[in-house]
Amino acid sequence: MPHLENTVLCRESQVSTLQSLFGERHHFSFPSIFIYGHTASGKTYVTQTLLKTLELPHVFVNCVECFTLRLLLEQILNKLNHLSSSEGEYSTQITCETFNDFVRLFKQITKAESLKDQTVYIVLDKAEYLRDMEAYLLPGFLRLQELTDRNVTVIFLSEIVWEKFRPNTGCFEPFVLYFPDYSIGNLQKILSHDHPPEYSADFYAAYINILLGVFYTVCRDLKELRHLAVLNFPKYCEPVVKGEASERDTRKLWRNIEPHLKKAMQTVYLREISSSQWEKLQKDDTDPGQLKGLSAYTHVELPYYSKFILIAAYLASYNPARTDKRFFLKHHGKIKKTNFLKKHEKTSNHLLGPKPFPLDRLLAILYSIVDSRVAPTANIFSQYVASETITEERKQGRIEAISVTQSGVAAESKLGLSASCAAAHYHPLQSPLPASLQTFSPPPISGTLVVADI
Amino acid sequence: MATSSVSKGCFVFKPDFKKRKISVPIEDYFNKGKNESEDSKLRFETYQLIWQQMKSETERLQEELNKNLFDSLIEFLQKSHSGFQKNSRDWGCQIKLREIPTAALVLGVNVTDHDLTFRSLTEVLQNNVTPYVVSLQAKDCPDMKHFLQKLASQLMDCNVDVQSKEKESVQVTQKKIHYSMDSLSTWYMSVTQKTDVKMPRKKRTPPSQWQSPPVVLILKDMESFTTKVLQDFIIISSQHLHEFPLILIFGIATSPVVVHRMLPHAVSSLLCIELFQSLSCKEHLTTVLDKLLLTTQFPFKLSEKVLQVLTNIFLYHDFSIQNFIKGLQLSLLEHFYSQPLSVLCCNLPEAKRRINFLSDNQCENIRRLPSFRRYVEKQASEKQVALLTNERFLKEETQSLLENLHVYHTNYFLVLRCLHQFTSSLPKYPLGRQIRELYCTCLEKNIRDSEEYASALQLLRMLAKDELMAMLQKCFKVFKSSSEKQLGNTAKRIEEFLAQFQSLDAEAKEEEEDTSESQSKGLQKTDLYHLQKSLLEMKELRRASKRQTKFEVLREQLVSFIDSLAREYLLLPETQPLHEVLYFSAAHTLRQHLNAAPRIALHTALNNPYYYLKVSTSHLSFHFISQ
Repeated sequence: MPHLENTVLCRESQVSTLQSLFGERHHFSFPSIFIYGHTASGKTYVTQTLLKTLELPHVFVNCVECFTLRLLLEQILNKLNHLSSSEGEYSTQITCETFNDFVRLFKQITKAESLKDQTVYIVLDKAEYLRDMEAYLLPGFLRLQELTDRNVTVIFLSEIVWEKFRPNTGCFEPFVLYFPDYSIGNLQKILSHDHPPEYSADFYAAYINILLGVFYTVCRDLKELRHLAVLNFPKYCEPVVKGEASERDTRKLWRNIEPHLKKAMQTVYLREISSSQWEKLQKDDTDPGQLKGLSAYTHVELPYYSKFILIAAYLASYNPARTDKRFFLKHHGKIKKTNFLKKHEKTSNHLLGPKPFPLDRLLAILYSIVDSRVAPTANIFSQYVASETITEERKQGRIEAISVTQSGVAAESKLGLSASCAAAHYHPLQSPLPASLQTFSPPPISGTLVVADI
Repeated sequence: MATSSVSKGCFVFKPDFKKRKISVPIEDYFNKGKNESEDSKLRFETYQLIWQQMKSETERLQEELNKNLFDSLIEFLQKSHSGFQKNSRDWGCQIKLREIPTAALVLGVNVTDHDLTFRSLTEVLQNNVTPYVVSLQAKDCPDMKHFLQKLASQLMDCNVDVQSKEKESVQVTQKKIHYSMDSLSTWYMSVTQKTDVKMPRKKRTPPSQWQSPPVVLILKDMESFTTKVLQDFIIISSQHLHEFPLILIFGIATSPVVVHRMLPHAVSSLLCIELFQSLSCKEHLTTVLDKLLLTTQFPFKLSEKVLQVLTNIFLYHDFSIQNFIKGLQLSLLEHFYSQPLSVLCCNLPEAKRRINFLSDNQCENIRRLPSFRRYVEKQASEKQVALLTNERFLKEETQSLLENLHVYHTNYFLVLRCLHQFTSSLPKYPLGRQIRELYCTCLEKNIRDSEEYASALQLLRMLAKDELMAMLQKCFKVFKSSSEKQLGNTAKRIEEFLAQFQSLDAEAKEEEEDTSESQSKGLQKTDLYHLQKSLLEMKELRRASKRQTKFEVLREQLVSFIDSLAREYLLLPETQPLHEVLYFSAAHTLRQHLNAAPRIALHTALNNPYYYLKVSTSHLSFHFISQ
């Protein structure tokens, strides 16, 4: 089929496999096909164009959108209903709550004349989301042909290998098809394919060549590369538009674009500055160094006590409790050198992650690191609650620095201050630790302070 | 209460709600507790009046401060949305990733203030950009389902108030539907098409040259959203961007880096983020203080301790302007509640009028004021007697004293601002960078006694000419901007100083020539002994003739002039008679209410239960003994 080859590039073997699997229209196909591969390896695109150009009856559903079972099933049924009924007819919304209903309704719909005697395809994009739904769902879809006794094939598209999917019970092994990453040659070919109408294909191909030379080492995502190509193309054309160079003058063009692309790699690719800002910069021809990226604003202004509470929590979670006496007391007595630093302690505490600590310890450290006397007022107590929420966030973000135990939370509620926590909630994530911390923190930590900030 | 039942048993009497709803008028609370209190109703009214004025002033300030931010935000929204429409047929835009325009709004850690900002932002956006503005909070959206449900219900509410109320019945049933992005976008299509038809009649959606207004979604506290919900939502909505033109606004409390921390690259690449930063809350506080306290517009003033408590809560605990203003309101209320003479705390003509109607009790109150007593003691004996016995004379005297107090304040703030101009840019800021710090020191003690003041003057004596000139210019502006005539003389003096400094330029050149002459004379061919001798002589000579240049003299004059200003006008408020009328000084009550210490409260409760129980001591002690 020449038409298909023009639109789907570099996926010949996968397409032919799929085509042979599908067979003739009325043939029963394999009950379920599992396609996996990295992002932007053409899974969705190939399946979709294949089904469209062959004009096979199919339903395409993105599982991210269907976050409940009901939404998923209803969407499939409604789309199917839409397929079976001719255009003019107005079909009512189908409601479907369980998989059992789904099978029943599915049978009903596929009885229709237009769907009879041919394979119906259900494509579930981002199938990894199915794993988070009800456990019977995945086996159910795998055996849909068997359950409904209809000519139906379910195609799963995912970025995760099949082994991570395999359910415990009722599993039917699907046909697994792997989409390998595009090679640099493939990328070149695909990217050059969509050249703008104003310029020749060769000119654009030369541009793509330069672009890949710069970006291929850091990014192989086709979508992203394509985006970058479009974004930087006006700059590449600039000498041609101005009449300073011809389209064939590759060397001159390369000189013009290369430093520009390197800058783009640092800022646009990491989304330090948005693409619209980048386009504006290109037009104004200013130095992108002037525009600060998002990460330039790491400084957070914090109230005095919140700052110290954070520091205290940080110290409490990373220092072993027995060292407190040594670091925060004036007359701490002698320490035997041999006992103090054992071998296993030499591994950085940061690698082990934060440890739980009781709330009292946090308070004690706080009182000792703040210069002036701290009156234990409700305002301060309420901030402990706030800092606990931070902890939670840090846990999720895996940038943990502080962690408070359940006992801490319990102590909190004993104080009866949970009401006041509504009054003040801050979200001071990662505060810049002031220099004063250096003096309080023990030697093993002060050396690795930077680690926490990464 | 009784029943008509014959049998014995338990009967439930539902509380009679109607009875309870009879609320005591608020001003009656002012009467309670203090039997001797006077004019409580009038005091309450004055309180309300002043508070209304203060409140509207703060709101106006807020608006002014937010204006810049909002303007740039609106510009961004309009630009990004018009980008949506314009080049959809362009080559680049067809191939490029569709990015959701996103504004990252960094607001600072004072979360309590954000609500107000978002409320006014919503209003501004609704008036200028689009009727579809939705704001969501993290606690409402634990998962995708709730997220979309909230979004949908708020969106449809937006729509309902644009259209007539015909749909209200539909609203109820819609709550049960499971929303998906699909249904939202179909809803959006239907609504925009419908309003298109109706557009000519509509006046409420003003700049609707776009046939499809964007949907603005504000995530108030972006950090506390769960990452999964946020990621999923962004992925979904980026797929529907063509039918559902969404614009996101992230409210960020900490730093914009969290966007990258929460969202993986695959998701953040779907956003087109632009950063907007709000004003620092410390600057905000300075303007609020400047406009509310450092002015004669509002008669109410805070004493040093109270101001200290309020600013400390702000700086040490929460950075929240709202809380600060609440604290200010509390002190205002407390002042009018506890001080019977606060009835005179209003603008000057009104206060003068009220003095005439003061009761005997109130006159007695005036006589009891410590500051007034001190004043009386300084007077001649006949006048003393008159003040203490003759009511009319007392009233007249009070009027003039109040007037003096008013004049004192006008001068005080002018001189304070002037002094601030001189000290705010000194190295190491001996008197603080902000005017509030200077104000605090001035309230605390006589500023001329403080070490910081001395060192500040010392530093002033070392400044170069152009720095001094710049300060003088600013100072002159301060005096010019005020309409008061009291210190017109001072303004003239400053102008003179400026002129003198300017004229120094010419003279300086002449002097330079002088010195160069003497230099050339010194260098002649001699032997070593003579050279040594002559050098020594020159050294002696120089030391003796080290007279001050004209500039130095002038500088000295200026510094002493400033010093005299401070001496004359920056007097402690406590030295002024009748200051108790305007100044609120009960810092401990304020601290008790705003910055309570649970442990201390527990201690008092156990030691001294009647403090909280409000029962007399004797009664309670009897009870304890009997146990």
